[in-house]
Amino acid sequence: MGGRRTVIVVDARGLRCPAPVIRLARAAKDAPVGSTLTVLATDPAAVHDVPAWARMRGHVMLESTESDGVHALTVRTQA
Amino acid sequence: MLAEARAAFVEALDQGWADPRRVHAEGRRARMLLDGAREAIATIVGARTEDVDLAPSHTAALHGAVRSVLRGRRRTGADVVVGAVERAAVLNAADFSGNRITVPVDPTGRVEVAEFVEAVRRPGVALAALQHANGEVGTLQPVDVVHDAARAAGVPLVMDAGASLGHVPVGDAWDVLAGDAGDWGGPSGIGLLVTRSGVRRSPDWPDDEDRWFPGGVSVPAALAAAVALQVAVGARDDRTRRELVDHMRARIAAQVPDVDVVGDPVDRLPHVLTFSCLYVEGEALLGALDARGFAVGSGSACTSSALEPSHVLAAMGALTHGNIRVALPRGTRPADVDRFLDELPSVVATVREAWGVGAL
Repeated sequence: MGGRRTVIVVDARGLRCPAPVIRLARAAKDAPVGSTLTVLATDPAAVHDVPAWARMRGHVMLESTESDGVHALTVRTQA
Repeated sequence: MLAEARAAFVEALDQGWADPRRVHAEGRRARMLLDGAREAIATIVGARTEDVDLAPSHTAALHGAVRSVLRGRRRTGADVVVGAVERAAVLNAADFSGNRITVPVDPTGRVEVAEFVEAVRRPGVALAALQHANGEVGTLQPVDVVHDAARAAGVPLVMDAGASLGHVPVGDAWDVLAGDAGDWGGPSGIGLLVTRSGVRRSPDWPDDEDRWFPGGVSVPAALAAAVALQVAVGARDDRTRRELVDHMRARIAAQVPDVDVVGDPVDRLPHVLTFSCLYVEGEALLGALDARGFAVGSGSACTSSALEPSHVLAAMGALTHGNIRVALPRGTRPADVDRFLDELPSVVATVREAWGVGAL
């Protein structure tokens, strides 16, 4: 209890919209509620669409970073 | 183009074919037609004829406005305060000629008015630009409050009415007004720029007889633009279109799962509706709708040559993929709208099925 859960990483590099969000949604569906997922994406639309998806699904957006053209967007799923 | 505008265009091909800069009889006649067009537009927007300039495009009008006012006010500074969802022409011109200060918008696409007001008061601000309404999502902007603040600070406000002029009254909360003839039912290839006297501006381009838009514009197109604007402001069926969009917003939100209907539901243009469908590629949706005879637009990146999605949807925090924008022309029949609404849920479902995302 209280331990840091493993982060599920979804690699969507090189995929165009809306594929990164779809991959993330598939991973989120298979993972238990309360999971933390990070999607890696090179498509700039993902930066906007992952937070919008999280809002529509009631998930929590935790972090959004970028390094060498790869965006890392992290969410925690809610019931 | 409106039928009346087309008739004016054809007639002006006979009467106004000459170069209005020439002094021969034909040239003077073309000049009279051109000035008549400017006068008609001036009356409609509440300005003097000499304040009205016609540009070869809406983009050229916006570029010219930002560049010339910045040059004219260069002793004040180079800062330009803009809303985040302004047209690309405004954002790019501000970057090109000055320092852009971008004020964010709320989830409906309306600029954060307190931030805008605070920004125009700062020293070094030469110009402010705020659209009357956003053409992509329809939301009206708080131009009255912003214009009061800009005036108090001595900063001229460029108001882009490209999406609203000819559809709704645009008011007088502006120092420089831009409009788009193609949007109000006139020909493409005519932009409008109206500049109140007292706004200091100076070209930052080579001198020309047509000082503000070098080379001038097509006289038949100018005449057709003026006629179209007269017809558009005279025929106010805004209520019909407004009610149709209300109806569409409600039915789409209720009948299409996982949809984001964007823009302000009330304070908006009467004829624009925009929504985004989760897990759907905009291009596939456009194609499926086109195949059923619906000509709609999209702000999704996959539907444009640019890699970037719509900066408007992005600034609002709206879903940028699966985006559809519908603009209802005047005289749109409710039966056509209903056919679109009847077919849309199955079109979206079919596209989702093809991607295997139905149950996500």
